[in-house]
Formats: sequence, C-alpha cells, structure tokens
Amino acid sequence: MGITKAMTAMAQAAAAAITEHGVAIAPGVHWIGALDPGLRSFDIILKTANGTTYNSYVVRGSAGVAVIDTVKENFSETFFSRLESVARYDEIRAIVLNHLEPDHSGALPELLKRAPQAQLYISSRAQPMLKGLLHGERLNYMPVTTGDRVELGDRTLHFLQTPYLHWPDTQCTFLEEEGILFSGDVFGCHFCDARLFNDAVGDFRFSFEYYYAHIMRPFRAHVLEALEQIEPLPLKLIAPAHGPVLRDAPERYVVRYRELSASKLKNEAAGEKTLVVFYVSAYGSTRAMAEALAAGAEDKGGVRVSLYDIEGGEVAPFVDLIEEADALAIGSPTINGDAVKPVWDLLSSLTAVNVRGKIGAAFGSYGWTGEAMQMVEDRLRGLKLRLPVKGVRARLIPTTEELASCRALGEQLALHLTGRVENRIIDMAELA
Amino acid sequence: MPKAQVTFQDVGVTVTVPAGTRLIEVSEKVGAGITYGCREGECCTCLTKVISGHENLAPPSVLEDQVLKDNFAPRHHRLACQAQVLGGEIVVKPA
Repeated sequence: MGITKAMTAMAQAAAAAITEHGVAIAPGVHWIGALDPGLRSFDIILKTANGTTYNSYVVRGSAGVAVIDTVKENFSETFFSRLESVARYDEIRAIVLNHLEPDHSGALPELLKRAPQAQLYISSRAQPMLKGLLHGERLNYMPVTTGDRVELGDRTLHFLQTPYLHWPDTQCTFLEEEGILFSGDVFGCHFCDARLFNDAVGDFRFSFEYYYAHIMRPFRAHVLEALEQIEPLPLKLIAPAHGPVLRDAPERYVVRYRELSASKLKNEAAGEKTLVVFYVSAYGSTRAMAEALAAGAEDKGGVRVSLYDIEGGEVAPFVDLIEEADALAIGSPTINGDAVKPVWDLLSSLTAVNVRGKIGAAFGSYGWTGEAMQMVEDRLRGLKLRLPVKGVRARLIPTTEELASCRALGEQLALHLTGRVENRIIDMAELA
Repeated sequence: MPKAQVTFQDVGVTVTVPAGTRLIEVSEKVGAGITYGCREGECCTCLTKVISGHENLAPPSVLEDQVLKDNFAPRHHRLACQAQVLGGEIVVKPA
C-alpha cells in the first residue's frame, strides 16, 4: 500500500469513527452530513488535501422539523441514515436549500420522495437552477428572499439572500432562537475531520483562506454586501455547508471575511486612475509598443501608469495588481498564429478576481499573420472588460507611425479612464 | 430602411443603426461597459439602464419580461442581448 493510499485509509477510518447518527450542535439541532476524506480535487479548481465534508442539518421545532441542505448524491445513504436517527420523514415540514450545487442538492430528489409533504424553500434567484437540476420533475417550491421566515412552532428560520457567494442562488438561513447561521458555502472550507467542530479539529486555517481565495474572491463586492446583513446578527454558531462547524468564536470568521474582502494592496495611486500595461517581447518590438502606449497615457495626466514584462514576474502578484487597477493593456507578439503562453497564463488566471467593467486594450508585434491582438481582445471581452479603443498591431519592428498609434491608444485609454472623452457619432457600418 | 440613434453613455459614442438592430450587435463593438453572459436572454448579465428613449425599443418578450422580474430589474431596464431598436433616439448605460 502506498503512502497516499495508507493515509486515505486512515482518514476513512477516522470518518467511520463518527457513528451513523446525527451529531448535536445545539439543543434540537443536528449535523446530518457526510464526510468525504478521500476527495483530492473539488470542482476541478480546488485541491483538497484532506478531503471535504458535505454538511447538512436538522432543526427540530415544536411544530415540525426542517432539513437544511443535503449532500452529494453518492453520500445519500449516510445522509438518510443520520437523518433517520434524529427525525421521521413525516415530521419534516421544511426543506431549505441554501445553494443548489450538486454537492448540496444531490440527495434532494430522494428526500422529496420520502417526505412529500415537506415544503421546499430556495432563494428566488435559484429558480432557473432548480429547473436545470431536476428536469421534468414537478416541484412545489417556495422562492424566498431576505426577510422571509418559516415558523416551526417555537423556532423560526429567517432567510438572508446573499447572491453570488458563489452562485446567483446562494442564501443563508438564520435560526433566530439559537443564533445559528446556516451559511451555505460562506465561511466554509474543504477540510474533512470527524471531530467536526472548529475547536476540536486539526488546523484548518489554510483551508479556510484557500477556499475564500478560490471560491469567494471573484465575488468580493458581493461578500461585502452579504456581510452587511450577517454582521448585525447575534451569532452563537456558524454552520457552513463544508468543513468544520464554527462554534468557538464564530464572529472571528466574519471578521476574517471582511479582512479578506478588503483590497489586497494599498492603493499608492490614491485618487488617481490606474493603468497597468503588461507585455511579452522576443526582440523588443512589443516592448517598444508598450512603452509608447504607457507614455501616451502618462502624458494625458490623471492616470498612474505601470509597465510590466510578464516574463519577469509571477502570475499571482500580477493578478493582485490587475484586481486593483482601473485599466489593463496587454501586449503579445504573435507566434505560430497565437498569443504567447505567458500571456495566456496571465489571462486564464483572471477568473480568480473580478475584472468586469474595467477598461482593456491589446497590442503587439507580429511577423506575418498577427492574430494575437484580436485573440487577446476577445479574451478581454470574455472577461467582461470593456474595450473602447481598438488595439494596435505592428509588423515586426514598429514604424514611427505605428508607435504614434500606440501612443494615441494610451492617450485614448487615459481619456476614457478619466471621463474626458468627447462624444462621437458614428454609423454602424463603420464598426464592421 | 428606418434608422435609429443609440448612445452608449459610458463610452460617449452615438451609433446610427438600422431599425431592428439589437443592442448586443453594437455595444461590444464600441467598447461599452455592457457585459454579456449567456447572450440568450436567460442570465441577466447584460442588464442595461435605458436612460431615455425607452419607447423606442421593441417591448420585451414574455421570456425577457420574466427574467427581468426574476432579477428584480428596476423600471426602464432591459436585457441588451434582447432589446431591439425601433427608431428615434435611445440612450443607454450599464445597469
């Protein structure tokens, strides 16, 4: 048996140490989720060094039971076993899905069959997704939004719509009487430990931060909006959909989310707009274009311009710079009919941050075909940047006129950035 | 063919277009900040504020109307991938 297999077997043995019963997390509230210690990659984009958990919960009130979230489909057996240990199916009045991704909705179809009387509650933003998950099944669901409540007799579930954390459908559910926030993926992490609670499990700080960086960071503006709703809550416990249950000092994790959602870099440009220019250059031609563009932007004033050779740095800090910048210009030579790999490596990493609405531009030198500029422009549009000024290409060594065009491109970017562009009237035919 | 004038306020460009043109056909080409996701009227990414000339756009389809309602779109907001220009003058900007 290899070391990895041995470790996985140990983790599975630890997982089995939790009985098939629900685990009480507060009076009348149980964890009924599943442990997945063998998982090593989640949603393709995340490494999971010690697996994950799919957390679901049961809340018992004097007038019925609510189930909050389910598990990935292949863990349904464990989920139902734990559910049956703390409630009967005919007691279930409410099923709440805080997030419809399949790792939380996998057992939903079967649960709806076993508890047909239960009312399903999802965010009003989740409706198209529910239809996409449960094709053709007739569903009786209740769309809810912030302020809506479900009464379970002596207990009340209160919904907070928190879209884009990390899907449009995401919401949190607050159990008022116990101060428990069922937070969905918010405050979650991929960390599998059968000891379950944050004051009992191993050190999961890295997993918490890593999860934020990959799942929440692209949506940090939405995180800040959600925190406005979450911070005033009298929290006693956070019950996320992955990773440890946060019963010890739950407010620490709320504070940490606010810290993580702040700018990663102090903005040295203060009130000025910022343009970052990145380039790769084999013989200095694309570099000369980048320098001309930067000089043109700088000349117009009001814009702080920075110039970087992509080959001279690592991708991650460049992504941090771009996240904070107002505009981005990318220069790539065309080699074998394509933009070059360092440029694609940078561009493919920008999904980790929000670049929507920033101003973008492309430029570059080429030998005989020159596709790179258009490809980079298309990628920038795909990333939802706006490209108000067409890019510049130059065959091999840029001429004085071509460098002047780069300079003009920089000037135009500066004018757009500072709101000084004059209104133009054009015919659609000119746009072809 | 009847013409219309669409102004994309955020980039300061007015485009003369034939009647029947959808905003999506023009906005990206002028570099306006209206961004697109599905491009099929479902995801609401391209929600656009119609500052003036709302009456110069074809009324929303049943599908567009539903998507606008589902996403709590304010009055005089349209999906740029769906909204079709009829004539006159229209001024838009990203929502």
